[in-house]
Amino acid sequence: MADKVHIKVVVNGVERHSEVEPRLLLVHYLRETLGLTGTHVGCDTSQCGACTVHVDGQAVKSCTMFAVQADGSSVTTIEGLGSPGSLHPVQEGFWEMHGLQCGFCTPGMIMATVDLLNKNPNPSEAEIRHALEGNYCRCTGYHNIVRAVQYAADKMAGKVGVAADD
Amino acid sequence: MYTSEFAYKKANSVAEALSLLQQHPDAKLLAGGHSLIPTMKLRLAAPSALIDISKVAELRGVRKENDTLVIGAMTTYHELETSNLLKAHCPLLPQAVYLIGDPMVRAKGTIGGSLAHADPAADLPASMLALGAKIKAQGPNGTRVIEADDFFTGMFSTALQEGEILTEIHIPILEGAKMAYAKFPHPASRYAVVGVAVVVDGGNVRAAVTGAGEHAMRLGKLEQALSGQPLTTANIAAACQGLLSPGNLNHDLAASREYRAHLVDVMAKRALMQAAGL
Repeated sequence: MADKVHIKVVVNGVERHSEVEPRLLLVHYLRETLGLTGTHVGCDTSQCGACTVHVDGQAVKSCTMFAVQADGSSVTTIEGLGSPGSLHPVQEGFWEMHGLQCGFCTPGMIMATVDLLNKNPNPSEAEIRHALEGNYCRCTGYHNIVRAVQYAADKMAGKVGVAADD
Repeated sequence: MYTSEFAYKKANSVAEALSLLQQHPDAKLLAGGHSLIPTMKLRLAAPSALIDISKVAELRGVRKENDTLVIGAMTTYHELETSNLLKAHCPLLPQAVYLIGDPMVRAKGTIGGSLAHADPAADLPASMLALGAKIKAQGPNGTRVIEADDFFTGMFSTALQEGEILTEIHIPILEGAKMAYAKFPHPASRYAVVGVAVVVDGGNVRAAVTGAGEHAMRLGKLEQALSGQPLTTANIAAACQGLLSPGNLNHDLAASREYRAHLVDVMAKRALMQAAGL
């Protein structure tokens, strides 16, 4: 076995020290070493975005990154975003606008959306669709997902009124 | 999926990376990893060691040196997309980069990684040719500069030699030049089925295509037809016809040779219309 490497990663605000094999993917480190199973393995080929997490504030696909590459970084997963009693506005948007069916893609969708709204707090519908090109939903289509993002953008901007269902 | 086992070495400088390459001749350089890691997961590549150069400070960022933009090889697509220097002096690159992959890919992928990998369907090689970029490489025997026109030598093949590291991309600033990139993306992968970059500097036209052949290449016929001509809708339409013959083009499930040849004409026209503001 290749020599293990010591890594220090701050995950959802908690400093973690681990000895990892270099080939351990970040997504497997999160799920299997740390038990954070909210991050999903979907296609495992860098396409579907179900494994999206934030590394140093940027959304990345954790199936296409080794845990050793995150050494010294700060990682945020879906577990670090909100809690059942206190949802993040983007989580609330997916709940309110029914932006999911089976829910498998949802953690990745939400992490990609938070990244989008960090960079562009008031995106157009075209910008939302472009920003979610790396996240696949195989259940519902994207209509309500776009609405969920719009809800979250409004909520985060402090707008109370939300576009009604039509 | 797990890759084969490898040793992980993180380089903190180009000199250290060059030395690690000497010690591990079978190693691969790790940049953004978005071509290399998938290839390793499929066991199409199994290097004994990875030398991570993505955090090497001297390889990162965009700066202006007189009439040249210098881009560090490990500058990510996201950094290119949001670079104010590029927006002001080379808008072609932020525009082309915005069409690469998706935001997560753009957070990791690097310009140097893309050029060194030389995927025949990668976006940036066409822009490098159209801009007349120079590519700087550092090796055990020193530094050399390679013209973009001489850099891409085949499918996944470049003029880089064993033990060399692509360190910088130099782009001449062409103030006032009109430039644009138009792409027909593969519907699933977002790679270019065909992508055309054009740079119109006064009466001088440079154009290049990616996705069509074994590697990105200049569109000489288009350059000759339009150089010195006013960029009118009629001139553009007349010039963008039969730019490449289908015979030598790529063909796959996404596009036949004939369809690719057609797309080259269409994408060239779209890029020129966009550049001309028509």
